[in-house]
Amino acid sequence: MLEYRNVLTICPFCGVGCGLNLQVLDGKVVGVLPAKMHAVSQGGLCVKGWNAHAFIYHQDRLTQPLVRRHGKLVETSWDEALALVANRLSEIKAQFGADSITFLSSAKATNEENYLFQKLARAVIGTNNIDHCARL
Amino acid sequence: MDARLTALRQAMTQILPDVAGVIGLKCGPAGSNAPHLFQKERPEELADLALWPKYPVPDTLRLLQKAHPEAKLAIICRGCEERGLVEMAKHTQVNLDNVTMIGLACTPEEATFCRCARPYTVQAQITVGERTAGVPDPVTDDFAAKGQEEKLAFWKEQFLHCIKCYGCRNICPQCFCNVCTLEDEKWVSTGWLPMPLPPMYHLVRAMHMTAKCVACRECEETCPAGIPMAIHYRLIARDVQEMFDYETGASLAEKPPQLLVLAEGEFERTGLPH
Repeated sequence: MLEYRNVLTICPFCGVGCGLNLQVLDGKVVGVLPAKMHAVSQGGLCVKGWNAHAFIYHQDRLTQPLVRRHGKLVETSWDEALALVANRLSEIKAQFGADSITFLSSAKATNEENYLFQKLARAVIGTNNIDHCARL
Repeated sequence: MDARLTALRQAMTQILPDVAGVIGLKCGPAGSNAPHLFQKERPEELADLALWPKYPVPDTLRLLQKAHPEAKLAIICRGCEERGLVEMAKHTQVNLDNVTMIGLACTPEEATFCRCARPYTVQAQITVGERTAGVPDPVTDDFAAKGQEEKLAFWKEQFLHCIKCYGCRNICPQCFCNVCTLEDEKWVSTGWLPMPLPPMYHLVRAMHMTAKCVACRECEETCPAGIPMAIHYRLIARDVQEMFDYETGASLAEKPPQLLVLAEGEFERTGLPH
């Protein structure tokens, strides 16, 4: 069924938060159009914004957690992945101390996700070692 | 309240039952608007029809036709957009046989904003809005009057601001190549800033706009660095008019000067797959 519309959203990449339109054709995101009335982007976009849709259906995109077994990354379940991470972090903290662990977040994550992340670092693990990808 | 909106809604209501959809602009959240396919299943959306700021809708038609080549469609288009559609049809990027063009005349303010010489359609079957005369382009005229050295210095300075967002190419209603020269390492060092001298990206772009630029000014509007590249493309269009007596987008019958037919034998198009 032929259907075409634009959905106004915010670019997922950096902290500027440019408005952009996602072109949706027959239920699939096919491209980006700038948002001319957006207070921040004012009809412009950087090269990342223009390609903000490109990762959505990308073949390299992870759809399952991966765990390293015998040197190889294999697919696993969320339960196993989370249990493994929780156990290993606890072990490392017990053996080497909280400051041996660092937390790397992302400018693509929402403010709420980053808030939770730094709470995990500071309150749960007990380290101030937190940074994010845009600073690297 | 713009009288054109009422007239457009009437025209759309009449045509909607006969087509798969009408391409126009729809109001979105927070005062935004964007291209949209209005369809008979959702007549309430006509209340959200928008006019300004404009978007280059020829590419929307191309997108839709690639996925649904048989669909009968209608499209609301201004003068520049109609020219865009005509040129795309000549380059076999859209098929106008199944398309009804609803020509939208620009207001004097809109024409002045785009410095447009022809702010109205000439081929559209249905027209809305009162035709306003074309306006002069003092920006381009002033620039044309500059000396060679001054012109060179101007562009050198302007292109230094370029962040290689590829916005001018992405928004251009005439840029449809699957394999783009601007991404070819032979010509453009992709991923490098600042723009080197000579600014190959912009020189290649200007060359490719020969006999294709329809003077819609979308490139300038989307440029985050505010580079007035339309001056460049319009000067080339003036040269094309002079050298080949060719006005971009004016007539479906007129062949673009780059599509030459060789004297002996038939010319076979062996273009890239679409």
